[in-house]
Amino acid sequence: MQYIQQVAFLLLATYAIWLFSKNILQIKKNIFLGRPEDLSDNANLRWKNVILLALGQKKMFRNPTVAIMHLIIYAGFIIINVEVLEIILDGILGTHRLFFEPLGNLYNFLINFFEVLAVGVIAVCIIFLYRRNIMKLKRFMSKDLNGWPKSDANYILVTEIILMSLFLTMNAADSAIQLKGNEHYHATGSFIFSGMLVPFFDSISVSQLILMERSCWWLHIIGIFAFLNYLPYSKHLHIILAFPNAYYARLKPMGEVKNMVNVQNEVKYMMEPELAPTGDAQPTTFGAKDVMDLSWKSLLDAYSCTECGRCSTACPANQTGKLLSPRKIMMDTRDRLEAVGLNIKQNGEFKDNGKKLLNDYITVEELRACTTCNACVQECPVSINPLDIIMELRRSLIMEDSNAPQEWNGMFGNIENNFAPWKLSPDDRDAWTKEI
Amino acid sequence: MQVPTMAEFLAKGETPEVLFWVGCAGSFDQRAQKITKAFVTILEKVGIKYGILGKEEMCTGDPARRAGNEFMFQMMAYQNIQILNGYNIKKIVTACPHCFNIFKNEYPVLGGNYEVIHHATFLQQLIDSGKINMKDGGAFKGKKITYHDSCYLGRANDIYEAPRSVLEAMDVALVEMKRCKSNGLCCGAGGAQMFKEEEKGDVRINIERSNEALATGASIIAAACPFCNTMLTDGVKNNEKEDEVQVLDIAELVASCLS
Repeated sequence: MQYIQQVAFLLLATYAIWLFSKNILQIKKNIFLGRPEDLSDNANLRWKNVILLALGQKKMFRNPTVAIMHLIIYAGFIIINVEVLEIILDGILGTHRLFFEPLGNLYNFLINFFEVLAVGVIAVCIIFLYRRNIMKLKRFMSKDLNGWPKSDANYILVTEIILMSLFLTMNAADSAIQLKGNEHYHATGSFIFSGMLVPFFDSISVSQLILMERSCWWLHIIGIFAFLNYLPYSKHLHIILAFPNAYYARLKPMGEVKNMVNVQNEVKYMMEPELAPTGDAQPTTFGAKDVMDLSWKSLLDAYSCTECGRCSTACPANQTGKLLSPRKIMMDTRDRLEAVGLNIKQNGEFKDNGKKLLNDYITVEELRACTTCNACVQECPVSINPLDIIMELRRSLIMEDSNAPQEWNGMFGNIENNFAPWKLSPDDRDAWTKEI
Repeated sequence: MQVPTMAEFLAKGETPEVLFWVGCAGSFDQRAQKITKAFVTILEKVGIKYGILGKEEMCTGDPARRAGNEFMFQMMAYQNIQILNGYNIKKIVTACPHCFNIFKNEYPVLGGNYEVIHHATFLQQLIDSGKINMKDGGAFKGKKITYHDSCYLGRANDIYEAPRSVLEAMDVALVEMKRCKSNGLCCGAGGAQMFKEEEKGDVRINIERSNEALATGASIIAAACPFCNTMLTDGVKNNEKEDEVQVLDIAELVASCLS
């Protein structure tokens, strides 16, 4: 019997990890459909960002109450993984509470600590469900989240509550079995929170308790493997990608727009034709129409987004009722990238299906509303830069499609002819000096 | 008062300490011209050897680049860098955060390397070094003033304290809006929005921001950007509060404390 359990566990674990790796590699492949951008400089500062922004969740603390609640779930999840390590080893080796004997008193301390965290996670998940579904906070009520994204968030919270409840029930059943005596179950005694459940299990027979304990153990680990494989389809992927995204975060001042070297050179050759290289110029496109035209970092950004909406809450356009929502920009980019990835997988190479990120996912009206104020960039807890995507799409609109509002065309014309965005004579530029 | 140009300095074989980059708004916009004049008044008073480019100055290309027109930006940048390097410019001061940002962050990679300083920082330095003395704490002593952060000064370049310390030097009662510093709300002009109608929505961004500024009860809304100034002035007018509340640049505030 024990032997069958071990084999079953090994098969399950192998399959779960294989499937997860496969999906993660697909995501990696999708991300590298983006244009190359060298972000390998300044390793020290980048590691500092990983520590501060990803591990330390520095930006979350712009709102301390939510930050502390989020930290409880996060710490619960990370630290309880030590317990998952024991569960996995027990599963493979057919042991029970493998760490109990080597760790001694420390073991009880650890399990008690995990239980405190588990109860904390359950409590915060309930508060978060309340915030999302009953309190109806504005950023969670946005139409950005209609459909799957809203369910996704709730599934995550409910799953976490279930996993933590299974962990506590398992411990309670274990303690109850010990009271009734069973040699396989170590005398750990009861734990801080699950101990409260033990009296309720008084009337249950040992065999039923063992069934209960085993069921909880299996459901818990199956749940964890299932959750692991849910990540690639979910906004919850941020628990992994927040780390690389912090590492590759832009280090330049937010005000700096990326230079377009191809345009810079074209202007230079126009002004100084003697510098121009001979031969036919390579055809290039300007800006981005689709995800493949964006930097790979923008695509990593899209997968790292956890749809919290802090960006859109800070966005002046969004807050004044314009169509633009930086969160939607990120969600659209991920959706389109997933579609492109699937397209390539099915056809061997990308087959044009008549759709593009620009216009089919993100509309001109959204792009036009951006004031480039960087509030979205400032707010993002996982170092996403929606403005990079907006800028690249705007460039394509203007330089590829000559699609500009009338007033902008006028402004361009004025800059070209009068060297100022207004239709005023360059001769009057210093007129003010005569009025002092 | 004669405002000296770089061409005149060159003719005399002299070099000024600093180039005052006036910017398109500061040169042409009637409201922003007052900021320019105030800043020049300060420069004169303190006795700084400065020059302007006069008719040789051109748009930096900021609105073109942010609208998406990289070609036009690169054209303007090329021409400006030719002129600036031609005069061997080392240091630039400007009262426009957009010009400041582009010189500081975007021209270097194109071959335009200058020490660039925004007038907020410049004024702070003059105050700190004792070159500007505001008599008796100045005309605005104790006055309730709120400061609106320009995105291109604040978030874009992390300059939050310099304009505030200029205001504090005048002994004003500084009140902050709810959304200030890195949480500051844009005036609505950035990203070339200044040059087009807003997209449709519930309210204009400048109205939203002006309402927030008015809600502080301040009698002066201080700004450090000519575009913010225009947007907020319009917002105050929209509220029919222009008789009670003024929108002023920090240079204007300092200038009226001198004399």
